[in-house]
Amino acid sequence: MLKGMTLGQYFPGDSLIHRLDPRTKLLATIALIAIVFVSQGFAGFLLIAAFVLACAASTKIHLKFLIRGLKPIFFIIVFTFVLNLFFQTGGNELVRVGPVRITDQGLRMASFMAVRLILLVVCSQLLTLTTSPIALTDGLETLFRPLTVIHFPAHEIAMMMSIALRFIPTLMDEADKIMKAQKARGANFETGSLIQRAKAMIPLLVPLFVGAFRRAEELALAMDARCYRGGAGRTRMKQLKFQGIDALAALAILMLLAAVIVLNHFRVF
Amino acid sequence: MKKAIIEAKNVSFTYEGAPSPAVQDVSLTVTEGEFLAILGRNGSGKSTFAKLLNALQLPSSGQLTVNGIRPETEDDCYEVRKSCGMVFQNPDNQIVTTIVEEDCAFGLENLGTPPQEIRARVDDALRSVGMSDYAQASPSMLSGGQKQRIAVAGVLAMKPRIIVFDESTAMLDPIGRRDVFSLARKLNLEEGITIVWITHFMEEAALADRLVVMDSGRIALEGAPREVFARTEQVLSLGLDVPEMMKLADALRQAGVKLPEGLMTVNEMAVELSGRPHAAPNAAAEAPEEKAAAPGGKAVIEVRDLTHVYMAGTPFEAKALDSVSLDIAQGEFIGIIGHTGSGKSTLISHLNGLEKSLPGEVKVNGVDLGDKDTNLIDVRRNVGLVFQYPEYQLFEETVAKDVAYGPTNLGLDPNEIDARVTWALKQVGLDPAEVAEKSPFELSGGQKRRVAIAGVLAMKPAILILDEPAAGLDPQGRRDMLQLIRGIHDNGTTVVMVSHSMDDVGRFCDKLYVLSKGEIAYSGTPAEVFTHDRRLHEIGLDVPECAKLARRLREAGFDMPADIYRTEDVCAAIVRNLNAGGEAAC
Repeated sequence: MLKGMTLGQYFPGDSLIHRLDPRTKLLATIALIAIVFVSQGFAGFLLIAAFVLACAASTKIHLKFLIRGLKPIFFIIVFTFVLNLFFQTGGNELVRVGPVRITDQGLRMASFMAVRLILLVVCSQLLTLTTSPIALTDGLETLFRPLTVIHFPAHEIAMMMSIALRFIPTLMDEADKIMKAQKARGANFETGSLIQRAKAMIPLLVPLFVGAFRRAEELALAMDARCYRGGAGRTRMKQLKFQGIDALAALAILMLLAAVIVLNHFRVF
Repeated sequence: MKKAIIEAKNVSFTYEGAPSPAVQDVSLTVTEGEFLAILGRNGSGKSTFAKLLNALQLPSSGQLTVNGIRPETEDDCYEVRKSCGMVFQNPDNQIVTTIVEEDCAFGLENLGTPPQEIRARVDDALRSVGMSDYAQASPSMLSGGQKQRIAVAGVLAMKPRIIVFDESTAMLDPIGRRDVFSLARKLNLEEGITIVWITHFMEEAALADRLVVMDSGRIALEGAPREVFARTEQVLSLGLDVPEMMKLADALRQAGVKLPEGLMTVNEMAVELSGRPHAAPNAAAEAPEEKAAAPGGKAVIEVRDLTHVYMAGTPFEAKALDSVSLDIAQGEFIGIIGHTGSGKSTLISHLNGLEKSLPGEVKVNGVDLGDKDTNLIDVRRNVGLVFQYPEYQLFEETVAKDVAYGPTNLGLDPNEIDARVTWALKQVGLDPAEVAEKSPFELSGGQKRRVAIAGVLAMKPAILILDEPAAGLDPQGRRDMLQLIRGIHDNGTTVVMVSHSMDDVGRFCDKLYVLSKGEIAYSGTPAEVFTHDRRLHEIGLDVPECAKLARRLREAGFDMPADIYRTEDVCAAIVRNLNAGGEAAC
């Protein structure tokens, strides 16, 4: 049941976007998110959407994967839309049902917020779809490295993330096995009241935690045996290097930002 | 004389808070380029000694020098770890990253090696272990044997002089085991790396240059494998085993056949015997006799054309089972063998309705498990399933509560549950008065496994399915476990045992099913199955040593029946041959 769940949603490929340095992609995504907030009108959004879709098209990743990421926050989008629709009361009235007024400004604001949310999600989707979790971790570690001066544990956090990525499939497998074993002993995880079901999880969770601690202990020993002693003095086999395409990406982002600012300035909506 | 690379003088080590030392007064010298095997029961101090060699622990007393370094400061420890690498037991728990080549680089990265050099050394190391093609793969997609090879590559990249393997083959199937062992042998012969090989497998130990047997933290026996195994009685009393051929040699000697000391492998035995005068092959006697069908009970489990596809509709789609059919009759002892990934575990999960697949039909006592109206709790009460390493499923505060979990789920009344807990603990050879109120986590590994099996027995299943019940146990633990299962079978339970040990299934089972790539490759009595030895070898399985010897002798012109594999049968056949050949038996 838990088998076959993929971790993250990395979609292997060899497009320009895939080949970008993970740091570039991280920074570009942050910049894109900022640009989404900078934009004050739909024209800006249209431009950003065109940019993101063009990027997505170049990666050959099917549109449905980009959209799939919206599913979990679909409710939030609808909620935001409805809230803005009903509580923005300025502007001309369009419809009135009892005490509820829907105005043109309300409708505009509601759509604006919803589109903004959708764009934010799609931008970050593009990052996680084209960057492997391990590359992301590497990128984050390098980006945060300057902060080690103020004792920010950049290496330790990256190492933890990487180990988590490594062991999630293993632990999922184990959870699946334990679940089956307890079911074979007549356990019932599916029916019953909420409390009963929570109680039924104990025979699953206890062995899972005990197992995770056992693994952690063994892994620590194995890391010790291979001379691990934290981030100080450590080198990496794979060095991240900025290349021509990274500069190109930066340029594209800057141009997008400029265009959005211009649109804002001329109040093109 | 070669120089010593490890020198231990009166080394002892006591864990904090432990009443007695784990390693006690061990003195041992390992010379450069040696292949040393260490044997011993669980808890005999082997693994602790390995950790001392790697400076993961420092001796409480005595002197230990590894590659000329006596570790005292932290920096010394890192120096020792650089020159003495370690491969652990669990392949999963020693791989740090999600990409194979990055894991190989881990050690060198820790040492602060320049990137270009890491690259070159990682490529070399992966080539040495034959895993270059998997450099970019994710470890979670690899088999156990492949993972261990990656672990070896990670150690190798650091250019160690010594590699310690701490039961590194214990969790692997026969292919993986062969693979990793021959890799260690190759590194030893070709690169001159000193190997310390800790194991529970006598076949592996027999191939070492020298053997050390540990018992209660001390060295009990030491010498060339032949010398050590020649002391059969003592080796057995230390909870270990001797290679099958030495047992056969003993039996032959008792029957009056003169044999030199120290015959250990099938090859040695075959060479020794095949030159002697013997009976002419008798074509008439070759045809294996048709055995009467097993104690013909009614079918309790029927499987028809079962097919199971994993992750259907994705690029990872894989057929785990491909039209498998089998019948299990009441009172039978069935063996299911196959290498890792052959579909064994998937198959048994279908036998009590944990998995359901179409097309295919599984019936237990005539009830179709695919039917929506079938009460699966009833099925599971009837078909007990003990998974691999069942001790990892224990969760309750006390042994009694854990064993009671199954019966409680069945909704039995408290008196009945108590009675069953006591009964089940006795069945697995534990004393209820002693263990019932203990935490299961305080028990030893073997005891935990017994408790887990008791937890299934307490449901009083008519059919008991066990997946690799002896995996990871030491030889004595293995013998005890198999004896226990035989006892359960003798009490009237139908038993299905999944295993990759041909020796075990050969000794106990009435009928075998050999799975390969999700299909049943062979089925029949052990004798029938073992006649396909060449094909079995190709699909990664081995036949018992005595069956191999029988074939060698048959090819050398002996009159050996095609279907013998038990030590006593092979011994009798050899004696008969030699007698007919005119060699005086006495």
